[in-house]
Amino acid sequence: MRNLSLPLSDEAIRELQVGDPVALSGVMVTGRDAVHKWMVETFIKKTRPPQGDDLAVYEAIKPLLAGGAIYHCGPVVAGLDAKQYRFVAAGPTTSSREEPYQGDVMRHFTIKAVIGKGGMGPKTLAACQTVPGAYLHAIGGAASLIARTVEKVLGVHKLGFGVPEAMWVIEVRNFPAVVTMDAHGHSLHVEVETHSKAELDRLLIV
Amino acid sequence: MPDLIEPLVELIRRTSTDLPPDVEQALTAACEREAAGSAARGALEAILQNVELSRRNSTPICQDTGTPIFYVRHPAGWSTRRLREQIRAAVAEATQRSYLRPNAVDALTEKNSGNNLGEAFPTIHFEEIEGDELIVDLMLKGGGCENVGAQYALPNSTLGAGRDLGGVRKVALDAVHKAQGQGCAPGILGVAIGGDRGAAYYASKETLFRKLEDTHPDPQLAALETRLTEEANQLGIGPMGFGGQTTVLGVKMASMHRLPASFFVTVSYMCWAHRRRRMVVRDDAVIYD
Repeated sequence: MRNLSLPLSDEAIRELQVGDPVALSGVMVTGRDAVHKWMVETFIKKTRPPQGDDLAVYEAIKPLLAGGAIYHCGPVVAGLDAKQYRFVAAGPTTSSREEPYQGDVMRHFTIKAVIGKGGMGPKTLAACQTVPGAYLHAIGGAASLIARTVEKVLGVHKLGFGVPEAMWVIEVRNFPAVVTMDAHGHSLHVEVETHSKAELDRLLIV
Repeated sequence: MPDLIEPLVELIRRTSTDLPPDVEQALTAACEREAAGSAARGALEAILQNVELSRRNSTPICQDTGTPIFYVRHPAGWSTRRLREQIRAAVAEATQRSYLRPNAVDALTEKNSGNNLGEAFPTIHFEEIEGDELIVDLMLKGGGCENVGAQYALPNSTLGAGRDLGGVRKVALDAVHKAQGQGCAPGILGVAIGGDRGAAYYASKETLFRKLEDTHPDPQLAALETRLTEEANQLGIGPMGFGGQTTVLGVKMASMHRLPASFFVTVSYMCWAHRRRRMVVRDDAVIYD
């Protein structure tokens, strides 16, 4: 088990290899479908002008994401009415939906760790090589276990996107994951896809 | 009609925070089959720890508490309108108590309703049955696994799948391959043969209420369920798509009548966190399975 502290250095990222189990500690930000679309449209492609608190949120998240981690997660949060937020369940969501955006978002904010489940495609893998960054696979569905590693909810942005889609700023200790895409161009997902396709082809001719 | 809101909240709590024993046993057996120290073994160990922790603390097993899908079988004379009102009230209350994540998003405005209530949300199916028991089956089906469901129209020349059980086998294996780890493998497949497109998805989900160890009464389908389970596991996708011995925990099939022109094979993929529970109301007693 390799311990990683956020924010991450280039050296720490380059040492990671596909298959390495890791434990992350420090501050990370959740972000999924609505957040990635918002980031790309408002600040990267600029097809939509900033409005409301967009610029303030941008300034607040920029330092957290520089060298940091974005976690594809839509948590169950208790204490919403009193704003005494506590993560009750917080496993990863399927990352492939962010494939159209992730590479650009990583480069723009210098995000070094993308955490989710199910893996991502060639655009993200290319960004992992240039930024450099890594894709860390959390255990899908292990929501209570992961929520226990969330020591503190430091704040939330864009709650108007809904609880699952908001950007939650969290402090974690020993958050467990496995490196499945590294900064050297290797992807466990490509490997498993290729192997299982060969097996499928064998079964289809029976 | 009795007030069933509290008993229904309890049904939701049990469904969200615990796994049925057959599913947990299958996961334990799968864990033992993976090599010590492998990523697959590590994933299953974390999964089993998580189930234990969720049960103990009454917290959702998975943060994606999914679409609540209710199958309600009621005696003659019950008001389905009132049952629907009570189910909706229970769902809103369970959301307030953090047993469910607010998951109902308006497809046009993108606004989350905040209480899991919306147009056709939750999903509720009613059926009148003989006798005097009310039976409520609940399944919580998350988005990751729902997204990898698939429907095929046979014949399918790309896969060399004809209009027979051999063709059904081929497209079902293709669906497992396409899903990779995205549906939170190891999953459970519900496969419906025939029907129209809508009825077939309904039936493919209903088969997922069957216990993993049960055997299909039709010997041909029983044999195909076993064969598909073995062959899907030969794909080597493994837990979470990390590679490994167990890609699916089981396959459950249903067959329906179809149009002469249509031969649909409909696959619903259920993640390892197969949250399903039953509540029976008999006289004044409420019994959970």
